[in-house]
Amino acid sequence: MHAFFQHLIDSITLGSLYAVMGLSIALVFGIMRLVNFAQGDLVMVGAYGSAFFSHAPWIFTLIIVLVVPIVFALIIERIAFRPVRMASDSTLLVTSFAVSYLLESLVLLFLSATPRGVNLAPALGHPFHVAGLLIPWLDVATVSSTAVLLVGLSWFLSKTRTGVYMRAAAEDFTTARLMGVRANRVIAAAFAISGLLTGVTAYLTVAKTGQVYPAMGVNLLLVAFVATTIGGLGSLSGAVLGGYILGAITIFIRAYFPAQLASFTQAFTYLIVIAILVYRPQGLLSSRANRTRV
Amino acid sequence: MIRIENLSVSYRKVPALVDVSISVGKGELIGLIGPNGAGKSTLVKAIAGLVKPSSGSILFDGTDLRGKYPEDIARLGVSFVPEGRHIFQSLSVAENLSLGYASGRAYEESTHEAVLDQFPALRRYYNDSAAGLSGGEQQQLAFARALLAKPKLLILDEPSLGLAPLVIDSVFETLEKLRTDGVTILLVEQNASRTVAIADRTYVLGGGKIRKEGTAAQLLNRDDMLETYLGKSV
Repeated sequence: MHAFFQHLIDSITLGSLYAVMGLSIALVFGIMRLVNFAQGDLVMVGAYGSAFFSHAPWIFTLIIVLVVPIVFALIIERIAFRPVRMASDSTLLVTSFAVSYLLESLVLLFLSATPRGVNLAPALGHPFHVAGLLIPWLDVATVSSTAVLLVGLSWFLSKTRTGVYMRAAAEDFTTARLMGVRANRVIAAAFAISGLLTGVTAYLTVAKTGQVYPAMGVNLLLVAFVATTIGGLGSLSGAVLGGYILGAITIFIRAYFPAQLASFTQAFTYLIVIAILVYRPQGLLSSRANRTRV
Repeated sequence: MIRIENLSVSYRKVPALVDVSISVGKGELIGLIGPNGAGKSTLVKAIAGLVKPSSGSILFDGTDLRGKYPEDIARLGVSFVPEGRHIFQSLSVAENLSLGYASGRAYEESTHEAVLDQFPALRRYYNDSAAGLSGGEQQQLAFARALLAKPKLLILDEPSLGLAPLVIDSVFETLEKLRTDGVTILLVEQNASRTVAIADRTYVLGGGKIRKEGTAAQLLNRDDMLETYLGKSV
C-alpha cells in the first residue's frame, strides 16, 4: 500500500509537469490554431538561463528562468509567427519547426552540444518523511507551483478583460476582432503566458535532472503534445487532465510492469494513449472552438 | 457618415462587386437587398475590413477604411453584427456583453442598464452560458453587444436569418426603435419587402452591381424591377 501511495505522489508530480507544459501548448493553439513545436526549445532557453546564473541568489536565478522564455516567446511571435499568421495552418507549423531548429542550432553554435551540469536549488532535492512516505521537497514545489499557476490562469481568463477577450478570440477570432479586440495584443498575451509556463517547466526540470543540453526540450514537448491531444487539443482543462493522465500511466506502468519488460514501458504507455484516442479521437474534453478557424 | 465609391472586390479572379457606390448619412437607416450571391455580404465585409477591395474607396467620417484591420475599424465606431450572430458560446452572457467594450468604449452603468432594459432576456440569463440561449435571444445578445459599443454606424448582416416569424417581428421592432434613438444603420436583408418598408432608402444589389436605389415609394413604383432581381413580388 505504501508503494502505491509513493507511486501516486510520483504520478501527480510528473503529471503536474506535463500539465503545465501542455497548458502552454494549448494556450497558443487555442488562439492561433498552431502547435508551437518551438515551445520545447523555450524550456531549453530558460534552462540555459539557469546554467549561466546558477551561482546567483536563487530568487535571481528563478526570475531569469521565468523571464527569459517570456522574452523569447514574444520575440518569436513578433518575428517568426506574426508575418505568416494569415497563412495556412501548415505554414505556421513548418515555421514553428524552423524556429525550433534555429534555437537549437544557435545553442550548438555558440555553446556546445555537451550537457552542462547545473546544481539548481539543491535544497529542493532533500526529501522529508511523512507516514512512511519519502517526499522530495521538489515534488512539493512542483505540485504547489502548478496549483498556483492553474488557479492564477483561470482567474486571469475569467476575471480580467484581456482574459475574457483571449477566450473569445480562441473561440472565434474574426468576430472578436470585429468587436474591437486587438489581434496582436491577445496573441502576444497568449505567447507571454505560455512563455511563463515554459519558464516554470524549465526551472523544475533543471532542478530535477540537474543538466541542460540543446535538445532537452524536444522530448518534453512531445510528451506535452500527446497530453494535450489526449485531453482535447484547444481545451485548456483538457490539457491539464491529459497531463495528469499521462503522468499516471507513465509512472504506474513503470512501477508495476515485470522487470523483463522494463525497456518497453514507453511502448505500453503509448499503446494506452492510442487506445484512448481510438475511443475518443477528439480528445477527452474536446472544445467546440478547435473545429473552425475563420 | 460613410461614403463608398466605385468599390470593386474580387475573390481570386471572380468579381464579387463591380464599381459599387453607396452612401449612408448620419441617422439614416439604409437597406441593402438582393438575391443570394448578389454581393451584399461582400460589401459589408469590405467595410468591416474582412475582405480587401481591389479598387475604390470607403470613406468613414473622412477616413479611408481600406487596408485597415477589423479591430481598428471597430475602434473608429463601426459595429458589425455578422450573419449568424456569432455569439461566443463558451462565454457567459455577461462576458459576451463585455466584448461590447473591446472597441475602447468606457463602461458606463447608465448605458449598460439602458441596453439591458431593452433586452430583458439578457438580464434573466446574465450569468449563464450564452450557448443556452435561443436563436432570438442570441440575436438580442448580438444587438446588445453591438450597442454597448455606442457605434456611429451599426451594420447588420441578415439579422432575421433563421429566426421564427414572431422573433423576426421583434427584430424589426428593435430596428425601428434604434432608428428613433438616432442610430445610423446599414441593414443587409433577404427580407426585401420589410426592409424597403422600414428603410429611409434601399439599394438593390444584383450580380455585384447596384441595380436600383430609392425610397420605398420609388422602389414600389417599379415592382417589376424588384421582381427581376428578387424573384418575388413586393
